[in-house]
Amino acid sequence: MSGHVSQTAASTHSDHTADPWGGGTSPYKISYGKMMMWFFLVSDAFTFSGLLTAYGFMRHKYEDIWPTAGDVFTHFPMYDGHIELAYVAFMTFVLIASSVTMVLAVEAGHRMKKKSVQFWMVLTIVGGAIFVGSQAWEWYHFIHGTEHGAYLLEDGVTVMRHKIDPHTHVLEKDVFLVPVNREGSLTEFSGFREVSGNEAAVMKSKATHIKGATLKHNEYGIPLFADFFFFITGFHGFHVFSGVCINFIIFLMVVEGKFERTGHYEMVEKVGLYWHFVDLVWVFVFTFFYLL
Amino acid sequence: MDARDDIYEYSLDTHHSEEAGQKMRKKFYFVLALLSVVTIIEVAMGMIWSRDESMKEILKYSFIILTLFKAGYITMVFMHLGDEKKSFQTVVLAPYFILIGYLIFICLSEALYVGEFRPAVENYFGL
Repeated sequence: MSGHVSQTAASTHSDHTADPWGGGTSPYKISYGKMMMWFFLVSDAFTFSGLLTAYGFMRHKYEDIWPTAGDVFTHFPMYDGHIELAYVAFMTFVLIASSVTMVLAVEAGHRMKKKSVQFWMVLTIVGGAIFVGSQAWEWYHFIHGTEHGAYLLEDGVTVMRHKIDPHTHVLEKDVFLVPVNREGSLTEFSGFREVSGNEAAVMKSKATHIKGATLKHNEYGIPLFADFFFFITGFHGFHVFSGVCINFIIFLMVVEGKFERTGHYEMVEKVGLYWHFVDLVWVFVFTFFYLL
Repeated sequence: MDARDDIYEYSLDTHHSEEAGQKMRKKFYFVLALLSVVTIIEVAMGMIWSRDESMKEILKYSFIILTLFKAGYITMVFMHLGDEKKSFQTVVLAPYFILIGYLIFICLSEALYVGEFRPAVENYFGL
């Protein structure tokens, strides 16, 4: 954007003093609001990084028994079979696309094209709403779980899952997988062991049948997986939701003509920064929660 | 509106012409295509190799590299950080990378250690 400095703006501050830190000018050549938005985003990035690192810690600790996201998120609207991660990929695309419409609104604002700003902001809001709706849909399926469910063993922590072929998704009758984390091995990760026949029947008789995931138990395996999923995607979803709300408020201000009077659309740029940040966080959540 | 001399206004600095805008829009669409393609590649890689134990490490690091690649484009192009002054880029990025780099290093290395001895520890305490 350099090279398009407005003459009036430039003359008011650039020749004030030669030393950028000598006062009378912003050393970063950036407006107060935008800089503060950046600082807020850095602090928010710390929060998300903290959450994702905590997730990474637990995931590395329970490396051998951590559920595979590909087994959990297999639903696709109006389709009965299993497609791994297709819907999340769609959600990611929607969010990236809404990031592009946002940046186009910002760009139109730099040319003072009110109509254009309105148009792109509406698309951004629609994209954000689709994303939040998709996330609700995803939570619904995660909370409700699969039709056959799983068994929570006596100890109230360990989950005995049905053995399902990862490729054909066919369930093996009366064969279960139980995490082996009590064998006292010092160096080897132990993973799961198969249980069937009489042993399985005894364990099943003392177990509780569970379906889906809550904060306390998780059909797909270790409850921590569900806890982190709810907390991190929930926190991110809340960011998207508030982003949609703020976008809508700014959109009303655009329609009302406030920024035509102010002479610049910097407010759109600021909410744009927030919106892109939400997209940025999702890129990481997508990788660490769904892909890895 | 009279200009106030106690506030320095930079909000107008980003205004640009029609031609400049056209060039920028082209760039945005290019980045959209690039990020979509990278996402599709990631999902395809996951579908093909996620259950292949021998590919696990390669997959993990290629996902992380591709994610950082996407994140770089979002911050530098969409958030216009690439257009800000170098000193401002440093102010935003340096604290983040120093602190979070350390956090990731310490947490993940600790986690691997704790995880390695988890079975023995849980056994000892009868968990």
